[in-house]
Amino acid sequence: MWADTIQVLGVNHKTAPVAVREKLAVSGDCTLPLLKIRGLPGCLECCLLSTCNRVEAIFVSREPAATARSVRGLLFAGSQLSDEEAQQYSYFYRGQEAIEHLFRVAASLDSMIVGEPQILGQLKQAYREASERQHTGVVLNKLLHKSFSVAKRIRSETNIGGSAVSISYAAVELARKIFGQLDGKQVLLVGAGEMAELAAEHLITQGISQVIVANRTLERAVNLARRFNGSAVGLSELVPQLELVDILISSTGAPDLILKRDDVKPVMRLRKNKPLFLIDIAVPRDLDPELNQIDNVYLYDIDDLKNVVELNKGEREKEAVKAGRIVEEETLKFVQWLEGMEVAPTITALRQKAETIRESELAKTMTLFRDLTPKQEKSLQMMTGAIISKLLHDPILFLKAEVTPEEKQARLDMARSLFGLDRLQAESDPANEHGQAEALKKSAGP
Amino acid sequence: MSYLLFQVTFGGYLLATIVYVVYFATQNPSVRLAARSLLLGAGLLHTATLVVRYFEAGHTPLTSNHEAVSFFAWSVTWGFLSFRWRYRVKNFGVFVTPLISLLMLIAALSSRNVTELPPALKSDWLPVHASIAIIANGFLALAFCGGVMYLLLEREIKGKRFGIFYSRLPSLESLDALNHHCLAVGFPLLTLGIITGSIWAKQAWGTYWSWDPKETWSLITWFLYAALLHQRLTMGWRRRRAAIMTIVGFAAALFTLWGVSYLLTGVHTYVG
Repeated sequence: MWADTIQVLGVNHKTAPVAVREKLAVSGDCTLPLLKIRGLPGCLECCLLSTCNRVEAIFVSREPAATARSVRGLLFAGSQLSDEEAQQYSYFYRGQEAIEHLFRVAASLDSMIVGEPQILGQLKQAYREASERQHTGVVLNKLLHKSFSVAKRIRSETNIGGSAVSISYAAVELARKIFGQLDGKQVLLVGAGEMAELAAEHLITQGISQVIVANRTLERAVNLARRFNGSAVGLSELVPQLELVDILISSTGAPDLILKRDDVKPVMRLRKNKPLFLIDIAVPRDLDPELNQIDNVYLYDIDDLKNVVELNKGEREKEAVKAGRIVEEETLKFVQWLEGMEVAPTITALRQKAETIRESELAKTMTLFRDLTPKQEKSLQMMTGAIISKLLHDPILFLKAEVTPEEKQARLDMARSLFGLDRLQAESDPANEHGQAEALKKSAGP
Repeated sequence: MSYLLFQVTFGGYLLATIVYVVYFATQNPSVRLAARSLLLGAGLLHTATLVVRYFEAGHTPLTSNHEAVSFFAWSVTWGFLSFRWRYRVKNFGVFVTPLISLLMLIAALSSRNVTELPPALKSDWLPVHASIAIIANGFLALAFCGGVMYLLLEREIKGKRFGIFYSRLPSLESLDALNHHCLAVGFPLLTLGIITGSIWAKQAWGTYWSWDPKETWSLITWFLYAALLHQRLTMGWRRRRAAIMTIVGFAAALFTLWGVSYLLTGVHTYVG
């Protein structure tokens, strides 16, 4: 069984604290560790994924237990931990479990922030590194490609990555709900701080056209403004600036409120009631809570944004359950594909395909020759039967030949794609239906 | 014949409403497709109903309450469908279809007898004046739905309590734009409805304006919307205030349609 040869061994944020993870041999360049794993006895294919929250080796081996022990040894080489301790900190999945685990990782269900999109890119990068050096073969190629498409399917069928789970993303999402398109809108940053800058960066990627920075020290404002290609103003110009901007992000260290209700109220008339989105991420607060009572002014402070984030996290967990069902379904399908990778089922499938073609073509021809004698009919049957069995003779010998497992695998894969044996399965694949659903979604739009 | 067609149309609208509500709850795109198809089908049937009724009555079927309200529902449906063609607003249908169904219910409960036209109404102005006025109401009804959607979403954003509407409704900006679009079509039609009515009045009763309650109320409605549009352009009465005004304006429009006929008396009273 091919399924049993697939293994995943690694550590992640759930099984090992960062103190352990940072000691692992693999960080940054994976070339050497990859080569070492590939060189282990019994290891046929391998791929190594290393991110800040996880290090895991995905490999195919004829001797799973032995290879796993050596892989663990390699990963923990620099950590001075005993093998028992290493076992405690790491996880090891085989066969179907390993496939399911990989699909969950790709779909970001195993991530620290469920649904975060980076992991798929990191996995693709890891696969590219391994496949460029020919460390992957038929099984891992298929498995990793499948994991990418499972991740894509989950992204489009569930709302796993839909809602914002960081403060700055939540702010952007709210801005989009208020303003629709953000193109051409202007943002005013009051005070500088990491979170304010992050939010401004997100807003810029969403199409914000201009950033204005106001700060107590003009020098700092000028520097920050240069980073965003914007302009700088003094803090005293705050109220007049409000007439022009649409979004204000405030994060000064001021002990008192810097903007009060009565400052903004007259500005709204001058703005012709264009909405104003005020984001206060300073503690203590910069903006008067009563500002929210003005028509067309929306004020969110840091706690409000945190609540949005918490709400969205709950939403993601619900979506993760849906995604889990997709993973299970796709895992079963992949195991079925692997079973097809054995010699016997491939030969059966090959014969079946030939037989189906023979029968349907024969039936077509028979309708033309109505007055055939039973004897003539029988010889036609025999003749067509002989053609297919002679034609298939060599391919079957080719598949049955005694060769190394790698070679056998390659031959099976070749035969299956040459004769299109996986195509029938692919056509009944729900992935196609979901492609249509996706197209529908695109055409619908808001 | 038109009776049967009306029943089927009504059933179609009800079904479309239910499917839209299901779509609102599940947000499943294939359900949305079903809802749209149902509404389009019901809209086509409704058109057929009106045509058949025209031949059965022998005059434009806009004279009884049943006919007027049925045509009102038809205007809302086709106003909505024509909007969808160029301009998309997420989950607008779930707010519009219940209104259509409600109008159809009112039409179904009204007397469906074909009334003999009084001589004053036998004029080519009847189809022109009445249909323009009612189609105007159709667009004002769409603006009303947009206003309601705006207020529901704004309440959630301002109150920071995100319920069912936050994720399902489009941005406040696009709801405000919807409001403006509907009024940009509805208001000129309303104006035209009043003007054609006035010309007809001159022909029928010899005077352009006789201050009967229907005329007065349609003028009040017209002033409400005119004020809203004017303030929007000059003073920036947009968004929340505009949404509230659209709802108030629609209430006035409904009163002009029904309240006047049932509560007050005047030359228009014989018109359902």
